[in-house]
Amino acid sequence: MKARIVDHKSAGERTGSPYRDRPATAISSSGESQPAGAEPASPGILAAPLALLGRDLKLAMRRLGESLLPLFFLFTVIILIPLGVGPGPNLLARMAPGMIWVAALLASLLALEHLFRPDLEDATLEQWFVGRQSAYGRVVARLVSHWLITGLPVIVFSPVAAEMLNLPREALPTLVLSLAIGTPALSLLGGLAAALTLSTRGASVLLSILIFPLIVPLVIFATGAVAMAADGMNPDAHLGLLAAFTILAATLAPFGITAALRMNVE
Amino acid sequence: MIWKTLKIWFHKLGSAPSFYRFAQVVAPWLWAGFAISAGIGLYLALYVAPPDYQQGDSARILYIHVPAAWQAMFIYGAMSVLAVIALIWRIRLTEILAMSCAPIGAAMALICLATGSIWGKPMWGTWWEWDARLTSMLVLLFIYIGIMGLYAAFDDHRKGARIASVLILAGAVNLPIIHFSVEWWNTLHQGQTIRLMGESSMDPSMLPPLIWMVIATKLFFGAALLDRARNELLAQDQSKNWVRQKVLPAS
Repeated sequence: MKARIVDHKSAGERTGSPYRDRPATAISSSGESQPAGAEPASPGILAAPLALLGRDLKLAMRRLGESLLPLFFLFTVIILIPLGVGPGPNLLARMAPGMIWVAALLASLLALEHLFRPDLEDATLEQWFVGRQSAYGRVVARLVSHWLITGLPVIVFSPVAAEMLNLPREALPTLVLSLAIGTPALSLLGGLAAALTLSTRGASVLLSILIFPLIVPLVIFATGAVAMAADGMNPDAHLGLLAAFTILAATLAPFGITAALRMNVE
Repeated sequence: MIWKTLKIWFHKLGSAPSFYRFAQVVAPWLWAGFAISAGIGLYLALYVAPPDYQQGDSARILYIHVPAAWQAMFIYGAMSVLAVIALIWRIRLTEILAMSCAPIGAAMALICLATGSIWGKPMWGTWWEWDARLTSMLVLLFIYIGIMGLYAAFDDHRKGARIASVLILAGAVNLPIIHFSVEWWNTLHQGQTIRLMGESSMDPSMLPPLIWMVIATKLFFGAALLDRARNELLAQDQSKNWVRQKVLPAS
């Protein structure tokens, strides 16, 4: 834990927070209207989010073993299922869509508790709210990095899990597509639950209780699509609804997360 | 003139002591109204309304089941409105009222689920069925529990109430989606039989007890809400002067 915090801070300095280095004059009202190339350049609206995204990804790459733990956890769940229900191929094929989705959900829960917690502990989170720019961009950047670290590996390795659970081959593209459409919503709603429980006692238990009702439609649409594809039917309707749900979450959740984070630090 | 008096009265209601006095006066009347309407409703339901032609007397449980289900959803709506007011205008009293809604709503959802389960055993032959309406009511119960848990996890009541209000709004956006997604997923429950517009497919003789029970649950909600909010105010303001004056005997 000690080493982790040190690492976290030094990386923050190396990538350079735009607020720490910014000259005091840039805070004055004239800063916004300067042309992009002028010196000292006022950071654009994307500078802080992009810096945060770069820093998060760099940190994740340096602690690759820790970052990939959710993926290994997904496979431990996948391995436990045949041990629990028996190795019959037909039974496994029926259960595969739901089980892969539940495993992906459990895996994304693992990383959620640390989504904003380190920033709250070293008080970086407060800095998100004192700058001129709104914290919205940084919230989105953090969610994107969470998805890249936990969602993307799950999508990439889902064919392996599908093969292990004997999912019909023709349903595989739909499974990958449903994960690609649905895991961003998982990060968004998980981020909301993480932001709400940020400064509570017993956050991890509360987090899992809060996230369960919110993701019910996600699980229904996604597994519905894969089950339709496995039965040889057209899964487009379910996938469309899944995409609509993700878009709705992407529109609203960052605002809720920003509001919840602000309440947690004030 | 009357308008101005009402406005002043409404603004005064935002302060803890005057709300306490208001709740103290109004709640007993609501409890009395609840007792009367529930009495009439239960009498009509148990003695006057005819038994169902298929389900016999066991269908009479609907006079508790259906009002509880409606009330559980109604309370969520009321709680969402209070949460919006609490988040925008930061009125402390609406925060307390919104948080007081959650346990009552959870109780209503639980009553609905329990009576539905008891009703389902003889009718469907099972205590629990993964049916759409049952599942969405269960999800509603879990959201209520989540709100209560989140509020209780903060030492600072105002902060807890505001953060839980964000959750209430997230749930308010999500609940219709949950309802329709679950409905599409699986349905065994009978469809909607009562409509405000147009003809209900329910027998008219069953309507009066149902209406009385719906009135009873509304009055119960009002009375329980005022009492809960009053207790919450007392607990939070226990070191304040007005509570001392209220609670300690004048000496």
